[in-house]
Amino acid sequence: MTDPTHPLVYLDHAATTPMLPEAVEAMTEQLRRTGNASSLHGSGRAARRVVEESRERIAAVLGARPGEVVFTSGGTEADNLAVKGIYWTRRDQDPVRRRVLTTEIEHHAVLDPVEWLEEREGATVEYLRVDHAGRLDLDHLRVGVERDPGSVALVTVMWANNEVGTLQPIEEVVAVAHAHGIPVHTDAVQAIGAVPVDFGGSGADALTLTAHKLGGPYGVGALVVRRDLAPTPLLHGGGQERRIRSGTIDVPAIVGFAVAVEHAVKQQADHAARVSELRDELVRRVLEIVPDARVNGAETDRLPGHAHLTFPGCDGDSLLMLLDHHGIECSTGSACSAGVPQPSHVLLAMGRDHAEARSSLRFTVGRTNTRADIDALVEAIGPAVERARAAAR
Amino acid sequence: MRVVAAMSGGVDSAVAAARAVEAGHEVTGIHLALSRNPKTYRAGARGCCTIEDANDARRAADVIGIPFYVWDLSDRFHDDVVEDFRSEYAAGRTPNPCLRCNEKIKFAAVLDRARALGYDAVATGHYAQLRSCPDGTVEMHRAVDMGKDQSYVLGVLTQEQLRHSLFPLGNTPKPQVRAEAAARGLLVADKPDSHDICFISDGDTGGWLREKLGAATGAFVDHESGEVLGTHEGSFAYTIGQRRGLRIGTPAPDGRPRYVLDIEPVSGTVTVGPREALAVDRVRGSRPRWCGAEPAGVLEATVQLRAHGAEHRARVRVTGDDVEVQLLDPAEGIAPGQSAVVYDGTRVVGSCTITATARSEASAG
Repeated sequence: MTDPTHPLVYLDHAATTPMLPEAVEAMTEQLRRTGNASSLHGSGRAARRVVEESRERIAAVLGARPGEVVFTSGGTEADNLAVKGIYWTRRDQDPVRRRVLTTEIEHHAVLDPVEWLEEREGATVEYLRVDHAGRLDLDHLRVGVERDPGSVALVTVMWANNEVGTLQPIEEVVAVAHAHGIPVHTDAVQAIGAVPVDFGGSGADALTLTAHKLGGPYGVGALVVRRDLAPTPLLHGGGQERRIRSGTIDVPAIVGFAVAVEHAVKQQADHAARVSELRDELVRRVLEIVPDARVNGAETDRLPGHAHLTFPGCDGDSLLMLLDHHGIECSTGSACSAGVPQPSHVLLAMGRDHAEARSSLRFTVGRTNTRADIDALVEAIGPAVERARAAAR
Repeated sequence: MRVVAAMSGGVDSAVAAARAVEAGHEVTGIHLALSRNPKTYRAGARGCCTIEDANDARRAADVIGIPFYVWDLSDRFHDDVVEDFRSEYAAGRTPNPCLRCNEKIKFAAVLDRARALGYDAVATGHYAQLRSCPDGTVEMHRAVDMGKDQSYVLGVLTQEQLRHSLFPLGNTPKPQVRAEAAARGLLVADKPDSHDICFISDGDTGGWLREKLGAATGAFVDHESGEVLGTHEGSFAYTIGQRRGLRIGTPAPDGRPRYVLDIEPVSGTVTVGPREALAVDRVRGSRPRWCGAEPAGVLEATVQLRAHGAEHRARVRVTGDDVEVQLLDPAEGIAPGQSAVVYDGTRVVGSCTITATARSEASAG
């Protein structure tokens, strides 16, 4: 069985990443210090300085201003703050703004809040189509916006899909929306450190990121958001984070986050080159052994570490279990809270049927992987597929 | 052996899994997701189908120290158990869904999948005992704890299925299983037993059937006079032998309680009469499933006709797919669709699905 502290072959970096040693170091050092960043005395000021320096470091590498970085408890909170907060503010400015445009392939941290807005807050949600590669249909967006631009509160489109890795045309989305003064939020949780992401350059108005997907700690993330957008807060209390996000500031997590983001963005090009080479090798060698396996997602405009494969005739859960038994860790990309497997809404949106959606696995290569990991997967995948096929008959 | 332990989230399957580990097997915990939408199945701590139960099973696997996965068998369960239950009731029969689940899901779909994936056996928390014979066959016997004995709902298992099954609890009384769970640090040690049908969330089988089958009014008819005594909103809400909840306006002339004697699903006629009219001593069955060799000739045996029902001494004759049971003493409340499980002492011989019941002329008086 697998030792959880040292997975033999960890190919699930889209789920979470091993923490960068430098981030562990910085965070651990800060954990030994006392000081509430809101306190007025010396130790409070020292803590506040760490937070503000972290904010500046993150802003600098993301092409944002420090004042635009709002720390949150992670990606889900940042997505909720963006979607609900911007909807509320825009609707309050003009009550006709009730339409929210998003895609069918967003993470549940976006899909569930927009659904909630529809049920509880009078929103009308329009789900934009994607093509067979999982890429947004821009014409659908254009038609949706231009039908009645004045009634659109928000457009939210992810930077890169977490399951199949397909990159979305964010600059084009921004161009369409901004032509009518509509703000754009993008969930860039999977993108930072994997592809170049420049908040200012992209023109997006709000962007979600989270620490644990890029070598930082769990439980901390940020919404980078234009100041004039003023999202309505979800949490009220001490007025931290310019009153947008109350709650005592998690100084150690934030400093670990900053170290990780800085490292991830600065190393992005090298990292992408390295992991995409490993990923391409993984795909090529798995296809040699399982020739009828199919690669999902865009051919080129894809995250460098993502390999999402359909193994016809196999149950993805069986495959996952068999590989896990060999210490090879991957994902079916679709577990719900009960661990009850649901067919992936992303694959269904890409036009796959339930059977195809259930026979897929996601391997995501990351910083700590080596060729030996690919070798181990290649060795195990043939017999695993054979067994899983027998079990599905 | 490599063993899959089916873990419902209850105390029995948790202790069974722990015992399989202690017996030296390499055990993997599996929770079966049987509901297409977990919210529609029983809420609270009593069922086998809730998110809560999946979490309980996962925590038990953690404590035992085995890997744990959820297997989605909701489609198979829906088709083979829920749909079977619905259509059997629609046909006026009274099925036992637990038996069907054991036959089609736990020891078929799960066992087949486990074996294909490289496992040798499935372990469950059922109370029944398996004994290996010198000739290599496996016998199934009643559990030591007769109050918990579940050999009846396992009576559908074939020799091939039994050879790949483990019932680690069959030799232990339930209170001892709970004590052992507590001693092992399993948090489910005092979780209440489940009793109801797991896919009917509120325990209201009549209401569930009414929703699935729609209201279909019919008449209550007296068994002797043929007189219509009243109307009801669907014959499926009644079971042969049922006395309570009939709500017939006119009382019986002799003032004695009436029982459901027969159900005719097409016309919706529910025949009622006095208790003694319930007694039957001839039972006919089909779809036999034998745990070992098919019995030849006439078998002197005991027969159990429903879960937790009494044992009846009987002569059983098997002719191909046809099983004839002559009870030596009459039984009451026996409905088509139920299973008759045949025992030789404590050993389970096999089972069949009851198709018809009757009274011998000799015992009719």
